[in-house]
Amino acid sequence: MIWSAAIYRRFAAALRPFVNEEITGKKKKAVINHRSPKKNMARIGVFVCWCGENIARTVDVEQVASAAAEMPGVACAMTCKYMCSEPGQAAIRHKIAEEHLTGVVVASCSPHMHLRTFRKAAEKEGLNPYLVEMANIREHCSWVHQDRTQATAKAIDLVAMAVAKTRNDQALAPITIPLTRRAMVIGGGVAGIQAALDIADAGYQVALVEREPSIGGKMAGLSETFPTLDCSQCILTPRMVEAGQHPNITLHTYSEVESVEGYVGNFRVKVRKKARYIDMEKCTGCGQCWNHCPAKKNPSAFDYGLGQRTAIYIPFPQAVPARPVIDAAACLKLTKGKCGICAKKCQAGAIRFDDEERMVTEEVGAIVVATGYKLYSIEKKTGTAYPLPTAAGTPLPLSGYGEYGYGRYADVIDSLQFERLLSASGPTGGEVRRPSDGQVPKNVVFISCVGSRDNAKGIAYCSKICCMYTAKHTMLYKHKVHDGQAHVFYMDIRSGGKNYDEFVRRAIEQDGAHYLRGRVSKIVEQSGRLIVRGVDTLAGEAVTIEADLVVLAAAMCPSDGAETLAQKLNVGYDENGFLSESHPKLRPVETNAAGVYVCGACQGPKDIPESVAQATACAGKTLVMFSRQQLTREPEIARVDETNCAACFACVRACPYTAIERAEIRDRKGNLVKRTARVNPGLCMGCGTCVAVCPSKSADLAGFSEQQIYAMVESLV
Amino acid sequence: MIEVGYYPGCALHGSSNDYETSVRACLDKLGVSLRELDDWICCGATAAHSLNHKLAVALPARNLALAKRDGMHELLAPCPMCSMELHRANRALAACPQLRREISEIVELEVDGGTRVLNFIEVVQKVGLEEMTRKVVRPLADFRPACYYGCLLTRPPRDVQFDDCEQPGSMEAILAALGAAPVDWNYKTECCGAGMTLADEEIVLELSHKILSDAAAHAASCIVVACPMCHVNLDMKQADIERRFGVRHDLIVYYLSDLIGLALGIDERTLGIDRHFVVK
Repeated sequence: MIWSAAIYRRFAAALRPFVNEEITGKKKKAVINHRSPKKNMARIGVFVCWCGENIARTVDVEQVASAAAEMPGVACAMTCKYMCSEPGQAAIRHKIAEEHLTGVVVASCSPHMHLRTFRKAAEKEGLNPYLVEMANIREHCSWVHQDRTQATAKAIDLVAMAVAKTRNDQALAPITIPLTRRAMVIGGGVAGIQAALDIADAGYQVALVEREPSIGGKMAGLSETFPTLDCSQCILTPRMVEAGQHPNITLHTYSEVESVEGYVGNFRVKVRKKARYIDMEKCTGCGQCWNHCPAKKNPSAFDYGLGQRTAIYIPFPQAVPARPVIDAAACLKLTKGKCGICAKKCQAGAIRFDDEERMVTEEVGAIVVATGYKLYSIEKKTGTAYPLPTAAGTPLPLSGYGEYGYGRYADVIDSLQFERLLSASGPTGGEVRRPSDGQVPKNVVFISCVGSRDNAKGIAYCSKICCMYTAKHTMLYKHKVHDGQAHVFYMDIRSGGKNYDEFVRRAIEQDGAHYLRGRVSKIVEQSGRLIVRGVDTLAGEAVTIEADLVVLAAAMCPSDGAETLAQKLNVGYDENGFLSESHPKLRPVETNAAGVYVCGACQGPKDIPESVAQATACAGKTLVMFSRQQLTREPEIARVDETNCAACFACVRACPYTAIERAEIRDRKGNLVKRTARVNPGLCMGCGTCVAVCPSKSADLAGFSEQQIYAMVESLV
Repeated sequence: MIEVGYYPGCALHGSSNDYETSVRACLDKLGVSLRELDDWICCGATAAHSLNHKLAVALPARNLALAKRDGMHELLAPCPMCSMELHRANRALAACPQLRREISEIVELEVDGGTRVLNFIEVVQKVGLEEMTRKVVRPLADFRPACYYGCLLTRPPRDVQFDDCEQPGSMEAILAALGAAPVDWNYKTECCGAGMTLADEEIVLELSHKILSDAAAHAASCIVVACPMCHVNLDMKQADIERRFGVRHDLIVYYLSDLIGLALGIDERTLGIDRHFVVK
């Protein structure tokens, strides 16, 4: 008798339970069968889960199992209290071996929850993991129904559909795609610097893109940081220098991301380097140029308009790179063609008035987004003299706080401006002097939640850090102005965190900050003083404070352009413009775009320690990816039957991931045979839009073919 | 000629009929003809909305329904209390079909919340500042008015949707166009005490005193209002305020329509300015 391969396999499978680990003494290595089972020979195992009481309370699981056992192609059906548990998985594995199953259906929770678990279990037993399907009888059935009879009937239908799908399943093999082991970090604040350094220290190349002339971000402008009162610049600038000098980090300062192409492992990012008018190679950063520039009166963005800078400038003394930039709008040479003093003074000949912006392309495998935040605009944006008429019933979007007079009174400033007044590198050299007349303010009012937690102005969230930095402000103010008094109007004090509440208590108890629970209704200026009218809700009375300076703790908002960048990267964002993580608990720094990670305040309001922790997490995720030679992806993606394709390219236009290309098929001599659509397996996310729009039925989705869908529908009717 | 519907409300036909005289004279000169709403009723004022929500919608809703019946798409309510109540009813009706049905039944007219309600400033803006400036015969160069908006002209912002509710500037823009030099001051939108004038006069005297004092402190030569209630408290009560606090304010309180009228060459008598309490 000649044994055919099939009989041999059956024989070997029958022996398998006896050839276990104890006998052979070494770990069994499963051989995964990549051949698809024959449809008519299907032997499917159905495993119905109780999920404790979650399913069994509403669905008669035993009845579902016995109904499943009768379905065509089903070899066995059983139930288990927890299918996902170790014994549950063992039962599946045992049945695969014992019953020589060609497919598995697990009727339990959502595939998002445990599909991977069950596929892995099947894989260990040598079954191709893509022959495992799930019927969701929890979220789609037991949790949303009350009637036991009806729910059980529905569960049986769901199982029947899954069985029909499984009978038509094909064995699939994961796709491998190449990987560029080089990363890009967008945003050079503390989070971006941290992520870049971590990745670079692990030995990989990093391109760090920063919009401003220097890296450092918001933290470079802060005075001291809570709760330890570390000098912000003292702890940040060494990290900036390290990033600037790291052999694995390429800095692109004064640059912005123009476009992003490609996909995980293979991104092509175009970076627009703005005209700096400086030859970065020749410049030594000596300072002759900015010390002699006659255009001195330009508001300094780094000092939030409180200080002035020259037209050729470095934003702050510790800037990295320590190279100046020319403000084209302020430079006399560039605007009027006169002057040019900086070029005359420059020994190195590094001034380039003819400099132009240029594009560079970076090829990277992973992208870390760390674009940070800006403060809520306190001034009212809309409706001054002539409001636009709106139809009755459509509310005008409200924004801004006209009642606080920000932008109207010089001595009403925001919290980042106050940081500059406290900072030794600030416009007042670290002395607290108010903007209007340079006097030392003796009475300072701080208002928290300006914009935050105020639905009427469009921001419902808590900005999280304002309670802490306001407490810090009162302390630092008291340390500098001993006879001064700080008053804080607050809604709630939110100071959760290690040593955080202690810090706030210290501000109140040791440094005597006067905390008033209530809001301010109006600020008016009267003979050089600011009259702050508010309420103390604990005392139940109206309060009027004559202040010399008012500091508004404005809400944290995503920085300008974050949404556009998110669109370029295909990353989601919420109604406030913060970038969305993939899962709020279990995938906090990943995004729905594979290979793109988020950290810092662009994902939501957070303080420095949290931003840094997230940045390191992003680096960790990037390094996990870089630990492989190439990437594997799920094979459940679209495919175009190129012989059948009519080249109408409806799919190219419909694809939300730009994963379908126009391709040409040529013969050996290079003559065009036909045109066709072709799916890029690296980009396709398997959404199936192309399958729906294809008029010639040439596009199909592996693991979710049209044939499978018809079979599922058929099983119901 | 622009035609708009006109809802006077109780004040303009009663205690503040000088405002009506002024508004009519001024708009006539600006080429706006007013068509008074036939059979109009009370807007509900403060009383209705503090007693019964449905009543507070039904009263203004009937007036809106009358306007619709008579084919008026725009309705001028010079009193801010009236215009606010009309706006609020409009919003409530537009938002809720169920309420529209109920109110239609109550007022025995079809209501849809689609009539556009205007305050006096909006009518002037509708004419256009350029058009108005063309008709000026007596520029107001000698006037340094403090524009007082009071509480209701810009509030509640979601309902009235007019100007910046905390730092408005529409009256200043109009007066500047007429050649006046409006002063920048702090009490543009503070409360004058409003109806408390009947319940507790002391409150009105104190609040209005603060307004007058701040206007004087910012070198205003007069006060400009667009609200009959504000006018009562700042003008009629000014003598009481001066007595109570032992000061002299001597600030003439004009309606916005008064100053526009003067600039357009209308005399004080026609505008009803001679019927104010504080006069030159």
